[in-house]
Amino acid sequence: MPTRIRESRGQEMVLTAAVAVGIVLLSLLPMLRLVKEIVAPGGSLSAVAVEAGLKNPATWIATWHTLVVGIGGTLLAVLSGTLVAVLVSLTDMRGRSALVLCYVTPLMIAPQVTALAWLQLFGPASPFLKLFGAAPPLGTKNPLYSTSGIILLLGVQYGPLVFLLVRAGLRKLPRELVEAARAGGANWFTVLVTIVLPLMTPSIMAAAALAFVSCVGNFGIPAFLGIPANYLVLPTLIYQKLAGGGPAVLGETAFLSVLIGVIAMAGILAQEVMSRRRDYRISSTSLPAEPYELGRWRPVVQAGMWLLIVLVLVLPLFGLVLTSLVPGYGIALTAKTATLDNYRFVLFEHDAANRAFFNSFWLSIAAAFFAVIVAVPVGYLIAWGKQRWVRLLNLSVELPYALPGVVLAIASLLLFLRPIPLTGIQLYNTVWIILYAYLARFLVLALRPTISGYHQIDRALEEAAQVAGAGLFTRLRTIVFPLVAPAAVAGGLLIFMTALSELTVSALLWSSGSETIGVVMFSFEQGGDSNYAAAISVITVAVTFVLMLVTNLLAPHLPSGVLPWRD
Amino acid sequence: MARLSLDHVTKSFADFDAVKDVSIDVADGEFLAVLGPSGCGKTTLLRLVAGFEKVTSGAIRIGSDVVSNSGGSVAPEKRRVGIVFQNYALWPHMSVAENIGYSLKVAKLDKAVARQKVDDALALVNLQGLGERRPANLSGGQRQRVALARCLVAAPSLVLFDEPLANLDVHLRASMEDEFAAFHKRTGTTIVYITHDQAEAMALADRIAVMDHGRLAQLATPRELYHEPANEMVASFISQGILLPADVLTGEEGGHCKVRVLGTEIVVRCRPGERPRAGAKICCRSADLEVSADATGFDGRVKRAIYQGGAARIEFTPAAGPDLTLHFEQADPVTLESGTEARLRIKSGWLIPATGAAS
Ligand SMILES: Nc1ncnc2c1ncn2[C@@H]1O[C@H](COP(=O)(O)OP(=O)(O)OP(=O)(O)O)[C@@H](O)[C@H]1O
Ligand SMILES: [Mg+2]
Repeated sequence: MPTRIRESRGQEMVLTAAVAVGIVLLSLLPMLRLVKEIVAPGGSLSAVAVEAGLKNPATWIATWHTLVVGIGGTLLAVLSGTLVAVLVSLTDMRGRSALVLCYVTPLMIAPQVTALAWLQLFGPASPFLKLFGAAPPLGTKNPLYSTSGIILLLGVQYGPLVFLLVRAGLRKLPRELVEAARAGGANWFTVLVTIVLPLMTPSIMAAAALAFVSCVGNFGIPAFLGIPANYLVLPTLIYQKLAGGGPAVLGETAFLSVLIGVIAMAGILAQEVMSRRRDYRISSTSLPAEPYELGRWRPVVQAGMWLLIVLVLVLPLFGLVLTSLVPGYGIALTAKTATLDNYRFVLFEHDAANRAFFNSFWLSIAAAFFAVIVAVPVGYLIAWGKQRWVRLLNLSVELPYALPGVVLAIASLLLFLRPIPLTGIQLYNTVWIILYAYLARFLVLALRPTISGYHQIDRALEEAAQVAGAGLFTRLRTIVFPLVAPAAVAGGLLIFMTALSELTVSALLWSSGSETIGVVMFSFEQGGDSNYAAAISVITVAVTFVLMLVTNLLAPHLPSGVLPWRD
Repeated sequence: MARLSLDHVTKSFADFDAVKDVSIDVADGEFLAVLGPSGCGKTTLLRLVAGFEKVTSGAIRIGSDVVSNSGGSVAPEKRRVGIVFQNYALWPHMSVAENIGYSLKVAKLDKAVARQKVDDALALVNLQGLGERRPANLSGGQRQRVALARCLVAAPSLVLFDEPLANLDVHLRASMEDEFAAFHKRTGTTIVYITHDQAEAMALADRIAVMDHGRLAQLATPRELYHEPANEMVASFISQGILLPADVLTGEEGGHCKVRVLGTEIVVRCRPGERPRAGAKICCRSADLEVSADATGFDGRVKRAIYQGGAARIEFTPAAGPDLTLHFEQADPVTLESGTEARLRIKSGWLIPATGAAS
């Protein structure tokens, strides 16, 4: 039956080709366009753009600032995330899953919302501090408008990211490795320092690299905390240049965005080098180690952990809610002054805010939907595909997400500044350019869970269908999709939550009429209308919480680790 | 060197008893093997002794100190026991020498002394010169030796092995077995050795504890275990003993009594003080069965004959007990084949003591 064989390979070729075209359009094309802008602006090879960028002192100041907050935020995130992971994984602390849920939640909240919430907590207008009459006098500088403020919030935002990776590593630590050390006479602390943490080096390094890339590329936190103090990092410098100069300065910003990309890549490379130095491979699998008994320290540690949760989650959100209920800047919140006017205003009266809700919802839904549809075949090729080069696919899908969002935004701008050749379609200054950037940036969020879903499915299920005579597309539709659907859909929901209040990309790509929730929130805050910004934030946080609950319903059908907040 | 004693030790996980009321005394310098089917609680027993699990009730003593009872438990690092794990549990981020020297470093031993001890330990397990290697670059047998050296370097008074040879191939097993035996002879350390390989247990141990569903089924020397199993579980578990229903016809006399098995009367070995009773069981080994040359014995049919080179394993169903299967070997020339009618004779056997009888 040679025809049969040819046909099924034909389907695989079609699938592979389609996936390859999609990946090229979404991932390679923007990156190549960006590189071209740097090395050959205007079509011929020249170093003009690079030279101009290098000569400008603002570039160097912003780079320095980026490194400072990037490294500072990473250190804080690694220290706090690792500490929490060790306590949660290796001790007999109680209430673990509630704690993990609460600790990881800040990761689901957009950085600018975190920034806003903290600002509202400590500023002179803080309704929270006013409750105790502890607010500093109006006109005092908010202590968070500073380098250390930015570092603190970056650490709070990305500590959970480190936590997740280190915890996953700790779970794979076989108990015999710990027990052998204890039988050798080492106490718990010595075991932690000499065995556990060294073996966790790859996890910690990977987490640090990820946190570094996230800190360096973060826009929301330095935008809210740094711009008022005129403390610019590269992403906010790019934003300011574009906001002031428009497309004319694109070449300059392209250089800056590549600079961010280079810094992020340097972080990833450093991680590779550090992790390669020794052998950390754990070969055997076994039960995880018995938790260490804290004994009389248990209540203390537990209280400390919950205090941390109150500090990083409860208080900021509480401050945010309070601010959203205050009628105007600096007014104290009492039973009389409390009002829902801010919500009414942003939901029903403010045109741009209305458009933003509409835009963000459909953009997020479209990005999530598209990503689920694409993740299934791409995941199929990556997880089960036979060709080696397909694995490169994975890398190129990860790239737009691994690189800071600013980089992708600038690349998209360059790509679509002029109408698309041959068709004349104009994406620049429309909402479609944001959709394009979202698709490119978030695809990997659905792809990762889908691939881990594939790894949990017995391939024989598909082979059985193949033996029964089903072609590739039939198998994908009838067998494969239903099996990986929960994982892919969970990925889609993660995308929805992330995209809903996304700011980094849309801040650079929006135009009048295509505002997103993040953009409107930002402009309210910049215009001094923190109460409106707070109201919008509370709404998005509420939507996120509801979605987390809904997604939890999928949990029994998901590979572990897909839902970050589930322990 | 230390004595180890377990006194009515029970360990429950939630409402499941993994170890139930186990009492064992291991003498100073004794080599005790713990044998039993998978999931019977061997590893749990060992982890109780090492201190990784807490006893639910009962007490464990090492030397003269109580290390575990329901009131509390001495931390594993304070027990001075050595452990060799089935999966070696070598730390991948340390070299072989660092692995071995770990407990010395923890004890803050002088560096030069520690290095000397590590070298000695390496020499002891024939791994001279491999100190700088990474565990990942060693063969399975070498890894197991490193694990052994690591546990020996601190000169523990009690060494625990959890199926140390289960991951090795047959040839390596034999040579490691020899090494363990030599090590025991040389150092006189008290050893608790878990295995599910009976031959290994018999070859190495002074005494063997057979466990079944968390309980201690029998604690005896290898010889006694084979010839005088205390109950049906041990009888059938050790060397695939054959259990046959029997009626005891006469009381014990000189260690023997007369029983009726499959309609024939034979004399079997038994415990002192056995009295006539019905519904008893005898245990016989395949070597106790032979094709009857005269009229004595019982009839039946050969169910299967599997030629194994030099002899055939015959599975035989007696006419008097169609549910029973007896197996024995017939040496060449093999005459029996599937379906053949034949008459067998039981040469001897062991009367299993009545349940509840003191051992
Ligand atoms: N931490 C635990 N929680 C609950 N049950 C456990 C735990 N550890 C062991 N068990 C149960 O106790 C029983 C005995 O386990 P154990 O590991 O001691 O068996 P084993 O005799 O060593 O088996 P094997 O020969 O397969 O290694 C098993 O049924 C196991 O499922
Ligand atoms: Mg075991």
